[in-house]
Amino acid sequence: MTSQHTTEDHGLLRFLTCGSVDDGKSTLIGRLLFDTKAILVDTLTNLERTSQRRGLSSVDLSLLTDGLQAEREQGITIDVAYRYFSTGTRKYIIADAPGHEQYTRNMVTAASTADLAIILVDARRGILTQTRRHAKVCQLMGIPQVVVAINKMDLVNYDPQVFAKLQEEFADVAATIGLESVRYVPMSALEGDMIVDRGDAMRWYEGPTLLEILESAGTSHSETPTHHEVFRMPVQLVCRPQDSANPELHDYRGFMGRISSGMVRPGDEVVALPSGQRSTVTHVEIGGVDLNEGVAEQSVTIRLADEIDISRGDMLAHPDTAPQVVKEAQAMVCWLSETPLDRARTYALRQTTRTVKTKIADIPFRLDINTLAEDATPAQLQMNDIARINLRLAQPICCDAYAQNRGTGAFILIDEATNNTVGAGMLL
Amino acid sequence: MTQTVPTLSHLDWLEAEAIQIMREVAGQCERPALLFSGGKDSICMLRIAEKAFRPAKFPFPLVHIDTGHNYPEVIDFRDRRAAELGERLVVRSLEDSMKRGTIVLKSPDESRNRHQSVTLLETIAEFEFDCLIGGARRDEEKARAKERIFSFRDDFGQWDPKNQRPELWDLYNARVHKGEHMRAFPISNWTELDVWQYIEREKLELPSIYFAHTRPIVRRGNGIVPITDLTPAKAGEEIIDLQVRFRTVGDISCTAPVESDADNIEKIIAETAGTTISERGATRLDDQASEAAMEQRKKEGYF
Repeated sequence: MTSQHTTEDHGLLRFLTCGSVDDGKSTLIGRLLFDTKAILVDTLTNLERTSQRRGLSSVDLSLLTDGLQAEREQGITIDVAYRYFSTGTRKYIIADAPGHEQYTRNMVTAASTADLAIILVDARRGILTQTRRHAKVCQLMGIPQVVVAINKMDLVNYDPQVFAKLQEEFADVAATIGLESVRYVPMSALEGDMIVDRGDAMRWYEGPTLLEILESAGTSHSETPTHHEVFRMPVQLVCRPQDSANPELHDYRGFMGRISSGMVRPGDEVVALPSGQRSTVTHVEIGGVDLNEGVAEQSVTIRLADEIDISRGDMLAHPDTAPQVVKEAQAMVCWLSETPLDRARTYALRQTTRTVKTKIADIPFRLDINTLAEDATPAQLQMNDIARINLRLAQPICCDAYAQNRGTGAFILIDEATNNTVGAGMLL
Repeated sequence: MTQTVPTLSHLDWLEAEAIQIMREVAGQCERPALLFSGGKDSICMLRIAEKAFRPAKFPFPLVHIDTGHNYPEVIDFRDRRAAELGERLVVRSLEDSMKRGTIVLKSPDESRNRHQSVTLLETIAEFEFDCLIGGARRDEEKARAKERIFSFRDDFGQWDPKNQRPELWDLYNARVHKGEHMRAFPISNWTELDVWQYIEREKLELPSIYFAHTRPIVRRGNGIVPITDLTPAKAGEEIIDLQVRFRTVGDISCTAPVESDADNIEKIIAETAGTTISERGATRLDDQASEAAMEQRKKEGYF
């Protein structure tokens, strides 16, 4: 038996930065990488050269995050980029999404895997339409923790009253939207104040620095109580090595998958969905080694006492807290494709490991992400639109509301002609 | 909170994600293959595949595109490891493409690295592979930082960075039409340090050239060039014996070692954690050409 859990290693935190180039987002990311020494000498040398070539006097940390040739030509970020740094106790994955209005889909993409979001606010410009939009997307995407970074404090003389006023204004926005657990930090990404180092300019601020918040933040949705208590494992593959030379393996059947929430131990009773058949867990394994338990986000193989029919796309759960099995569903969807949603067509819906055909029965409203107004029964959905939809499904899915369980409440829509991913959905 | 919930360590989390990705390939694709070069990243990939699929066999063969310019220690290791695992290894070589005339070198000593794409695409066509699993990491290079975990390639094997499929949550879309294929990168989210820490934790064996050893080299520009039949010293250069190790292994003509006395994993981890030069910056002679070098090669079908 092995236990893989450690106390010194505080795991991995995925976070998202929301803001535009003007808010100093790239500078903030550059600062985090620079002050945690994740930037290496040759990258820095490269940066200096590029900065000089473009006539920038000092090293422009924002150049670190501008990746693609196409983007450099236009001087904007067109896609989600992932960056990495580590503090020794915790590893971080930054999803860097552009803040422009036309790229809501990129922010939705980056938000889908984030445990925490940093919303950047320019201290001089205050809470903008863009800030509200970012806050709403964070709420829709169910990001458990939000940090509002009031940046460019150096340009408002590090005035505590500016910070207090913006904090109050954002709290109103958060209350309207229904965004919970919001924290606030005043900072200057350019000068490096209150990000990794406290600096000397804001002695009036007694709260944690941005990095201190990140170091103590909950990982992997561990803040949601249901997440620990409610076991769900979508089955990815069934392992039947019956052609093996080893006779002991002739009857081996393992159900392979990644636990999306909760915990499972040998001896637990489980139900297989949608069939509803029950059995008892005999083994929780990884690579043929027995584990005492399997926990959320772990990829395991589960063996059962009885031979019941389970295949890819099915789900294992505890019988008392099993998810619902439905053939009709309501959801919020973000349309990702340049081709508008066509209600006459059939799409493939993938949720957990299950793929079913679906039709969009109804579009009750489209959400104006800037004003939060609901535009009733829109004729079409275009790229970057967010809307309520009603779905009819050809086969049942086993699911939870997204707000309860991101792993079993999320789905994508696939255009079966092009094979493109065209929609991202959150079940209600 | 009512109880303490165990948090997966960062290596456990990365491993769990990588296993899930490999199993998705197996679940969604008809004819996948795993690229295995004998390099440290692909050695980690084999361990992940064991954890993902054992006690069954891997649901894919191992594939190596051999430039013919690899260090013999690495090739020996590749063959031995595949045999130990009892898995099928497919090797296709650049020499065959050259004989067919599909690869034409401008000069005999030209780096063969970028020509690998041709043989790779020919191999994909030969076996009708619909997904290749590779060990590329997003921390290696700027273009890779924006590539999807499941990355779509058209029927010319090209990557279009401006037209990538959205990738949300852990819902991967590996659907392709005939002739197109996917590349899947299970260790996208790993850094060089994560790889070394995983090698240590899993006690993975590596080819000997990853560890400090004495080798004849010349100093050329700011770099170290190992002296081999393919990379002889130029007139006037002084050959010296130096204690070096390789951080990455690839085509001899474009892979350089770094000066190091790290002769075991612990020392390598200490060096990597404290290093000041990025992996590719130190050791890939071909990436320095232009800022956009990698993006360009990926568009052409490189992995």
